[in-house]
Amino acid sequence: MKTTSRKLVKESTTKFVGESVLRKEGIQKLTGDAKYIDDVKFPNMLYGATIRSKIPRGKIKNVTFKDGASDKFSWQDFIIVDYKDIPGENYVALIEKDQPYLASEKINHAEEPILLLAHEDKDLLEEARRLIEVEVEKEEPLLTLKDSLEKIKIIKGSDNVLKSYLVEKGDIEKALKEADMVIEGVYETGLQEQLYIENNGMIAVFNKKDGITVWGSMQCPYYVQKAVTNLFNLPPEKVRIVQMETGGGFGGKEDFPSILAGHAALLSYKAGGRPVKMIYDRSEDMAVTTKRHPSFTRHKTAVNKDGKIIGMDIEFYLDGGAYLTLSSVVLSRGLLHATGPYFTPNVKITAKALMTNNPPNGAFRGFGAPQSVFAIERHMEKIARAVGITSENLRKKNFLKDGDTTATKQIINDKVDLKKLVDHALKESDFLKKRNLFDKENRKDSQMIKKGIGLSCFMHGAGFTGSGEKYLASVAGVTVGGDGRIKILAANTEMGQGKNTVFSQIAADALGISVDLIDVVQPDTAVVPNSGPTVASRTTMIVGKLVETAAKELKERLQDNNYLQKKGYSDDEFSLECKKYIKKNGELKILKRYDIPPEIKWDEERYEGDAYGTFAWAVYIAEVSIDLVTFQTKVERFTALQEVGKVVNPILAEGQIEGGVAQGIGYALYEKVICKEGRVINNGFTNYIVLTSDDTPDIKVLFEESPYRHGPQGAKGIGELPLDGTAPAIMNAIEHALGCKNKNEFNYIPFLPEDLFSVLEKN
Amino acid sequence: MKKTNKKKETGKKTRITCVINKKIYSFNVHPMMRALDLIREEAELTGTKEGCGAGECGACSIILDGKLVNSCLIPAIDLDGGDILTVEGISEKNKLSKIQKSFLERGGAQCGFCTPGMIMASYDLLKRYKNPTLKDVKEGLSGNICRCTGYTKIFDAVLSMKKIMKK
Repeated sequence: MKTTSRKLVKESTTKFVGESVLRKEGIQKLTGDAKYIDDVKFPNMLYGATIRSKIPRGKIKNVTFKDGASDKFSWQDFIIVDYKDIPGENYVALIEKDQPYLASEKINHAEEPILLLAHEDKDLLEEARRLIEVEVEKEEPLLTLKDSLEKIKIIKGSDNVLKSYLVEKGDIEKALKEADMVIEGVYETGLQEQLYIENNGMIAVFNKKDGITVWGSMQCPYYVQKAVTNLFNLPPEKVRIVQMETGGGFGGKEDFPSILAGHAALLSYKAGGRPVKMIYDRSEDMAVTTKRHPSFTRHKTAVNKDGKIIGMDIEFYLDGGAYLTLSSVVLSRGLLHATGPYFTPNVKITAKALMTNNPPNGAFRGFGAPQSVFAIERHMEKIARAVGITSENLRKKNFLKDGDTTATKQIINDKVDLKKLVDHALKESDFLKKRNLFDKENRKDSQMIKKGIGLSCFMHGAGFTGSGEKYLASVAGVTVGGDGRIKILAANTEMGQGKNTVFSQIAADALGISVDLIDVVQPDTAVVPNSGPTVASRTTMIVGKLVETAAKELKERLQDNNYLQKKGYSDDEFSLECKKYIKKNGELKILKRYDIPPEIKWDEERYEGDAYGTFAWAVYIAEVSIDLVTFQTKVERFTALQEVGKVVNPILAEGQIEGGVAQGIGYALYEKVICKEGRVINNGFTNYIVLTSDDTPDIKVLFEESPYRHGPQGAKGIGELPLDGTAPAIMNAIEHALGCKNKNEFNYIPFLPEDLFSVLEKN
Repeated sequence: MKKTNKKKETGKKTRITCVINKKIYSFNVHPMMRALDLIREEAELTGTKEGCGAGECGACSIILDGKLVNSCLIPAIDLDGGDILTVEGISEKNKLSKIQKSFLERGGAQCGFCTPGMIMASYDLLKRYKNPTLKDVKEGLSGNICRCTGYTKIFDAVLSMKKIMKK
């Protein structure tokens, strides 16, 4: 596996950022000691289950509790909760007040929760679940994005729209009239399931005096706190949320945990305070939780015959499902990445999130950008063909340069030469030589394995969009414990991405000590400040910066007060000075609040200005082989080159890219969510296919660094980046292998062997 | 250990005895109990995880009588007389084994949930192949799904063991 050279950390290193420091919580993960929520049980604990609607749309008419078969079964022994038991407000507090915790009468999607049950015995609980019959008066549902767009039926307002945006720059109509050619294309992407290996789970305990405590698998403890306080009408100090070791999230545990936490808490409340554990099994988790929004994008591009793009007219649509949840933000990010890393003087982007009677869609790594970047990077191939130049030359002709403006009139200033970045990627992947070689080999009719190579160029804006970070006003910091050890205080959660290690490295360098003296406090709303959610590739760049600033200030506080006077000091000396300070002053704790850098200007009203503080830029190259006998496409080799500001931890950073590329390969070629009458029917590993080790290609990861002024030691966010460019690079490679007849052949994903079969059959 | 022939009444618990990580255990098992439940709940060894309950993801992998198996598919009753190794038995006296150390140094674990199963599968692979190639490793681990790493660093971790084994 070729990667950039990196050295394992040596004992004597004094600078930690840039080194592959060992994972902070690695040992317990390797020995099996790490505690995930299902590894924990409480005395007197009950298990909880959810009764859901089997049909996507209608009105609840009746609920019947049939008799149990076994002697041990009695409905008296069950805790049963419905919407009437909710002490506070029956909606999941997030953005819009539209999603109920428990349906009262209207059913808007299949799997919508109606009742909750709890019992000591898991088997009796399962028996009970099957004995409850919910009679729903069916209504005709709206189940596809297309149907919703075409208003086959109206289920919301006058046009089914949950949220819409319109972004305009220059004069697109004029550009389309004056251009030498107008290239049109339509691109579609499907649902994708996050498929974290650890299913969603929570344990809740209600206490009349102290309030509610919930432990579980989650990305955003403060989101859960906000939702549960609203559900119970309790003040925040009475709702304590604790993150357990979390087995993957990828956005699938951004907002959904608020629902599961609320459900478990309601059962504990009704059970007089007994602890209630709710762990979904795989089939429930896959059927009921949020997924990546399906998308439909229409491009109409004004291009001159020299290849210069003079206008882009883009329509970008997402299937939001039955409730808004995060769709407005996914839509926003999608549209802001829709023009790709290209300059165009005239733009019109019409973006809409549509309501359907599908389970609500939500966050999944990339968050709208994988959808819109798929479209533009496929569309660039169509434009290149029409103009008669190569893929790479078309991109070089149109790349954003420093001083150019984006669709929202943000002036690019990242000091990244995209032409050089492409050349670097082409060289590392041997692109030109392979393209010629494959062209030659593919021409032989007897060749049953066709090979292709394709590229994609893209960027990803880290952090919340626009004024998002300003409104979050994240707080994070450092303190020193009585043991003289440094503790990092932040609500961001470790879910495998390496946050514990990265924060420790950043703090270590800022304090001039080693990572071994630093502990990262477990995210617990009773203990850590609200540093915002662990999403949007913001943890290192935004919160890591707060940690760095706080750590620097802590060191200065010591020095300014005549502690730590030595130029260089050992960990022990540092620790001792801290203890002396605490003895005299009581506490040593520094918290910093996010302040938007003055040069970042965003107008929320006009939707104009600096959408993101900075972007990470990337060029990905996929090499595929296509078996014309089995119709299987295999990714043989993958080159992932990205500019990321500063690589904080090479092994962890590579790991993020490799894992993201694997998910992107799945997005393109394997992962298809199949629904029937509004319900997911392939809700299991058996026929929702994700990459196994045997499917994994050689992935070459390369980094370039153009430090971001406001990132910790220059670091930008990178977690979501790989999901944006992987799928289009693969589809571009397939198109290269098989040729294109301009009949929309490779413009939708997932693209399974049966899809290839039908394309080849038609041609 | 010899297997005993016990009459099993429907729903009635059966007493079994087995060795887990070199320690002898005895349990009363319900006929519907899975080996996974016995290990996690009765023996309270929660290192082994449940990812799918259907034998697809490998998070529940253990070694039973020398064979790598999905403990979610094995009836607990079948553990009677068995010799079981779980992830807790891989490290000895709070010291990481060589394969665990290799995973730690090479970034083979991210969220950690597939890790215990992946360690068991790697351990099993390295017992069967003295000099595994990348192809052997890819095949040998194909029963263990990881969603975080893209497997690349897991391959690094297992293949780097060849050098260690040679020493």
